[in-house]
Amino acid sequence: MSPQTTNQTKHKLPEIKEIRSRFRNTIGKYIIKRNTAKCIACGKCAEICPHGVHVMPENYLKPFRPIEHKCMGLSCKETEHYCIEHCPEDAITIKPNPLLDTLGDYRWTSEMLLGHFSMAETGQAPHQDIEYNLGNSGGGFDKMRFIEPDSSLVIDMADEDIDTSIELNKTGDERPKKTISMPCYGGGMSYGSTALSVIVGRARAAQKLNSLTCTGEGGYPPNFLPYKEHVITQVATGLFGVREETIQNCPIMEFKYAQGAKPGLGGHLLGEKVTEAVAKMRETVVGNSLFSPFPFHSVYSVEDHKKHVDWMKEINTSVLCSIKVSTPTDVDMVAVGAYYAGAHIIHIDGSYGGTGAAPDIAKKNIAMPIEYAIPKVHRFLEEEGARDKVTLIASGGIRNGLDVAKAIALGADGCVIGTADLVAVECVRCGNCESGRGCARGIATTDPELGNMIDEAYVEQRLINMYMAWRKQWCDLLRSYGLKSIKELRGRSDLLVHLDYLDEEERKQYQPAPSKKLVL
Amino acid sequence: MPKKYHIESKAAPPRFYPVGKYATIEFREECAGSCKKCVKKQCVYNIFKDNYLHHSKMDEPEYLYTCNSCFRCVQECTKGIFSRVVNPEYREIGDDYWTPDVLNRTWYQAHTGSIPVSGAGYRGPFVGKGFDSMWTDMSEIVRPTRDGIHGREYINTCIELSRRPERLAFNEDGTLAIKTKPILEIPLPIIFQQPDFGVLSKAVLISMLNAAKTMNTKIMINVADIDEEVADFGGTLIPQIGKENVQNYKELIGQVDMVDIDYSDNFQDTIKTLKAINKDICISVMLPLSAKIDYAKTCVEISKADMDTIHVVADSSGREFDSDNPRFIKDMLRDIHTALIDASMRSQINIIASGGICMAEHVNKAIICGADGVTIDRSLLIAMECRLCDRCKDGLPCPVEFETIDAEYGSNRIVNLMVAWRNQMLEMLGAMGLREARRLRGEVGRSMWFEDLERENFAPIFGERKVSIDVG
Repeated sequence: MSPQTTNQTKHKLPEIKEIRSRFRNTIGKYIIKRNTAKCIACGKCAEICPHGVHVMPENYLKPFRPIEHKCMGLSCKETEHYCIEHCPEDAITIKPNPLLDTLGDYRWTSEMLLGHFSMAETGQAPHQDIEYNLGNSGGGFDKMRFIEPDSSLVIDMADEDIDTSIELNKTGDERPKKTISMPCYGGGMSYGSTALSVIVGRARAAQKLNSLTCTGEGGYPPNFLPYKEHVITQVATGLFGVREETIQNCPIMEFKYAQGAKPGLGGHLLGEKVTEAVAKMRETVVGNSLFSPFPFHSVYSVEDHKKHVDWMKEINTSVLCSIKVSTPTDVDMVAVGAYYAGAHIIHIDGSYGGTGAAPDIAKKNIAMPIEYAIPKVHRFLEEEGARDKVTLIASGGIRNGLDVAKAIALGADGCVIGTADLVAVECVRCGNCESGRGCARGIATTDPELGNMIDEAYVEQRLINMYMAWRKQWCDLLRSYGLKSIKELRGRSDLLVHLDYLDEEERKQYQPAPSKKLVL
Repeated sequence: MPKKYHIESKAAPPRFYPVGKYATIEFREECAGSCKKCVKKQCVYNIFKDNYLHHSKMDEPEYLYTCNSCFRCVQECTKGIFSRVVNPEYREIGDDYWTPDVLNRTWYQAHTGSIPVSGAGYRGPFVGKGFDSMWTDMSEIVRPTRDGIHGREYINTCIELSRRPERLAFNEDGTLAIKTKPILEIPLPIIFQQPDFGVLSKAVLISMLNAAKTMNTKIMINVADIDEEVADFGGTLIPQIGKENVQNYKELIGQVDMVDIDYSDNFQDTIKTLKAINKDICISVMLPLSAKIDYAKTCVEISKADMDTIHVVADSSGREFDSDNPRFIKDMLRDIHTALIDASMRSQINIIASGGICMAEHVNKAIICGADGVTIDRSLLIAMECRLCDRCKDGLPCPVEFETIDAEYGSNRIVNLMVAWRNQMLEMLGAMGLREARRLRGEVGRSMWFEDLERENFAPIFGERKVSIDVG
């Protein structure tokens, strides 16, 4: 696939390259069994399967074990390459994989996880019959649909000509303009909570995609320096690793007041994760738990907050300032306060967002889901006459490309992505990021053995692939509504419907919300 | 520094292997045998330590309480012989309200005394029924009430059970001009309630009593079950007394701080009798929340009597009695709380809510809806490993042998659960910027409700909602 260049951003989009799973056995929606007693190794299955499920290289006596995750499933029956039909010995069987009952949850269903594994592998929308755009949560984004487009509006425009970039400095101040080529960037993941290769891989992908990633509150590893134009320095309440040079390095600094997954609670890095390298980076003691308190003890008013912003702006005279807050009842007031204090970006983090560790009671119960907060803040900023002078970024429960598009249609300029990045590198959301040695899959860990399970190049390419697959979705969507830029989608909530607000007849026109009851 | 209310937890591992969520399945006939890369040996969590010599130990597939769902064994086995399914036994435990997840988390907390913490984001439905249709608020920047994570110990979870005077009056010299009765308070808004089922052996009962005493709270217990040994718990007890037998328990009534009586037509006569025996005794009046009565109005009527606390009771799922379409306790509490405010009685009396409280978050949410505190009963049994299998109700043996429980162990498990619950309450209170559980009472402004959020944020975009909101 040849690299693309967008007219609007003049940024050369990165190349998609297939990059396989790190694991020997991939997980598919179906189990395909080839009965070895019956199979005569004729190679017919490998010959006809266009998806590479059956592979039998030349000079091999037998085909390989079927690569199940590539199988398009029972819908293949309608095609001319249905292996079961063609097998002369009836040796092949296909059935749903019961493993999927034990994978995923209401928000990230097993199919959404598999869909993202597939996109990260191939850079294309999955060809398998899996639902990767909708979760099973029964509300919010999962009940919203884009309306059927008017066919007369469709424009004929190549993907590379469609503008998916967003502006991050709309204030008109003397600071530099900053445009990123994607309507989303990477959320904060700290050195300490996440493996170094993962966060550096994210930075490498951000550079290629002309996007951003964020340090989280774990200091600024020197490995970031080659990509510093794409790394946001986060300043959070523990101030770990915050130094003059780390503020000077960055194009954007982010004040994190709160995190959607644990609003009002602060952070806690368990002692096990504070290795020598982490302690050095954070200027703390090996093995000691690290608390990021809540709130900023130097900020008890908007004036105090402005003092912080001014301080950062003095240290780096070209830095843009992002304010990350969660979503309390008065999130609209908080956003306006942050704007008047000099923020370029207001970043609202909804309550269903990800985290390396948080009390379950906080994840479920405190603050509002992002779907409510976006229109609330968007409207209030409009009423204040400030909407076009600040960039509104949403995060916390934005799982896939269509969620990003829905968030933008509700009023955000763009989104911040965390969990999906990790899913692209094969996180299964088991939730054990914080316990013991950390993530058993080598993602959210600083364990010397586990932390080396992933290399940066793998992370970089998997992320590029996933975001390029998302980009294709956005381009298709924009084209269908006659829009040339994703900026034109902002606030176009007229393009959205919510299934619960439609008459029964109207509702039937849209894909129903998945509603499988799960065992939690 | 003021003295802090702090109860130590101590790990109390389960006596019986808990019902785990997942079962691993191995297709052993395809196993490579002495594979040097056997994933069982490489498990990060070492959960196979007892059986990775699988050929010599031909056990049944194990149900793993400890499996952390990392899928590495499934994905790395050289022969691909591993798979997993949801443990069918796990699906069967509990019911729609007391879900397997609730039971599993309760066991974990009773085991460790720790609050459930995990990585990744929330996994559940967008919204649910009952308490799952509301969120609590938090304060973003202006937080004069707290001092970070270490200030949490000073959040007060104390509630009163005694009546407060309508107003204070003072003499010219500044002394009180009215008589006030002794204040009865407990340090956490949770009272234990003797469960109405289960193998309630003496040891089980003593476990609950010991735990209540350790936590410095109280336990409501049927007066008929109070023998000499139980009576020794004195101030920890809240005997539940029917009007007909008040006279039979004069001595006991003289020794306790509080009793719980049934609401009836002549409950005021019972109160008089009780006061004649013990003039300072606190009295709670128990009112089942039945659709057949106007319970808000009844509560106002009760509040005007010489009592202290109204004890409203819903069924074990928090639902109204005697209704085909029962309301949930959160809505009933809001009605009762508001009716008492309208009658200018709310600040004088207390409301304790029973029914449907199965997680720590429910305590705070019930208080936001208007209760002062709650009672719990089933959770006490679950803390001691009960699986809500109902076998005891049919006279069948208990799978976790309640009859053999050691009272010290049982109380340890309950104390652990309460420590974990209280810590979770503190997390929520802290996030809200509140330093007192009492300040949370009826504080709906510190909460967000599904129906309000939909109306305020979605109605301007999507218009009129066509699917009715059923979050009751």
